[in-house]
Amino acid sequence: MSFLSIQHLEKSFGANRVVKDFNLPIEKGEFVSLLGPSGCGKTTVLRMVAGFETPSSGSILIDGQDVTGLKPNARNIGMVFQAYALFPNLTVAQNVAFGLKVKGVAKAEAEARVTEMLRLIGLPDLGGRYPYQLSGGQQQRVALARALAVRPRVLLLDEPLSALDAKIRVSLRSEIREIQRELGITTVFVTHDQEEALSMSDRVVVMNGGIAEQVGAPFEVYNRPRTRFVATFVGTLNLFEGEATGQGVKITGATIPLDDAPKSGRVSFALRPEALHLGKGEVTLPATVESVEFLGSILRLRVRVAGILAALDTFNRADAPPPAVGSAVDVNFAARDLVLLND
Amino acid sequence: MNRVWSWLALAVGLVYFFLPLLGTLEFSLRKRKGEYSLDAYAAVFADPAFQATLGYSVLMALLTIVFGVLLIVPTAYWVRLKLPRLRPWVEFVTLLPLVIPAIVIVFGYIRLYNTSSFLPLTGSAMGTNMLLMFGYATLALPYMYRAVDTGLRTIDIGTLTEAAQSLGAGWVTILARVILPNVLVAVLSGAFLTFAIVIGEFTLAALLNRPAFGPYMQLLGANKAYEPAALAVIAFAITWACMGLIQLVTRFSKHTRASA
Repeated sequence: MSFLSIQHLEKSFGANRVVKDFNLPIEKGEFVSLLGPSGCGKTTVLRMVAGFETPSSGSILIDGQDVTGLKPNARNIGMVFQAYALFPNLTVAQNVAFGLKVKGVAKAEAEARVTEMLRLIGLPDLGGRYPYQLSGGQQQRVALARALAVRPRVLLLDEPLSALDAKIRVSLRSEIREIQRELGITTVFVTHDQEEALSMSDRVVVMNGGIAEQVGAPFEVYNRPRTRFVATFVGTLNLFEGEATGQGVKITGATIPLDDAPKSGRVSFALRPEALHLGKGEVTLPATVESVEFLGSILRLRVRVAGILAALDTFNRADAPPPAVGSAVDVNFAARDLVLLND
Repeated sequence: MNRVWSWLALAVGLVYFFLPLLGTLEFSLRKRKGEYSLDAYAAVFADPAFQATLGYSVLMALLTIVFGVLLIVPTAYWVRLKLPRLRPWVEFVTLLPLVIPAIVIVFGYIRLYNTSSFLPLTGSAMGTNMLLMFGYATLALPYMYRAVDTGLRTIDIGTLTEAAQSLGAGWVTILARVILPNVLVAVLSGAFLTFAIVIGEFTLAALLNRPAFGPYMQLLGANKAYEPAALAVIAFAITWACMGLIQLVTRFSKHTRASA
């Protein structure tokens, strides 16, 4: 049985159903991200797990215990907020010790735990500082230490990196993941940033309109999106339309063999920019280069192919300069890289 | 040209404000014939009634502040957190003491809580003291509520509350250890204003027949020449000291630096 189990969760605000029959089993020690655009219901799910919102129906179980009706302060759940939410009147050490004091942990033990937590987040000497004396990244690490100090059963992270600048965000996300692995704590992470979700998670839940469109490992979600929404939301994507023939998909005269192609009708399929290559290959189509972007190690070309403007990523090589804008080129891809999409 | 008018307006305002004060101060120093002295102040400080009434009013002010904080901080917090749609109504109610004269309030009290009523608070000194404290709290309500509400606006009470809840805190802990310390400057501002109001208040104390500083000032004014002026200066000094304390507390608070 899973450690955190969300079963048939529903939430409505008036007539607006923001979470619809949401189910998610999470194993102990797993890091799961809820990924989706604003208003998709991901934060509402997290807040229901934390106890800040009451579900309209459904249940939440932690380690076999039904916590759906429990107050937030009785769930033993740690939470880190986007806005840090450190108590401005308390020092860093007092912030970290807050939960321990509330729980009546002995002073000596609490002090030892605070020291341990500050060491864990790499700020062992800043215990005496006030939150306003810290940078955003440091504040968020303290918030993480505060949440972890009480040894929660589950850690909830509500877009904890959104308020930070890009460089800090990248370094902090690996730190969070390292700490989570070290402590082996079951973690639910809410984000609208696909890069964060894909790089940090054991599994990603892509949400849209209150439902989980796809749940899977980052590799699977990225490479095998099941729906058009997942395909377009996660990563850059080229969307093609074609005619199903039973043996494959017909597109601008060429028939691409596909094992799972429907017998007939219009179909949508997707191809990642890195799956398109310059030159001839398994399936070759004529194209025109419309723009070239130099991104350092990667070159991103925009090519007009099969009636759409497609992105094509290729590694930068000093001995192979990019084609000129306006030139006619061949592009190719492997049929196995095509992803048929459900709407 | 505009600058000249601005300075002129400021000068007129300052003269209008300070001239009567200077007159009062100057008059309070004239008790000894032919020279300035502090005789009137010495006489006031030596008067046992001065010490008794000031002591009584200070005690009442402190009790009013405690009562006001216990009533208003949780109320303002709860309204902001859970009932934001009721805020305009609550604000309207808190403003009522500004438009309802103290004399109306005190007559209402006497009518409601007289010795033949269901709750005969005026029947004992303790009961009347309580009634006076409630009256003072009512008069100070607009200032205290506004001060606390402004303080609450400067912090993200929703997220701080949720953070504390996720760490296991209940409502009392949240209010005492998270909310109150973070709006302490605002609460102190409200407290000093309350103090100043209570020290100078006359109507409630006189009509409830309590030995407060306000009625004492009036009594002295009716019977002496120089001492009332000295007393007015003393009362003014107390009020200004309160204002100065608000400034000091605001300047040296950690929270203000935090939000700067």
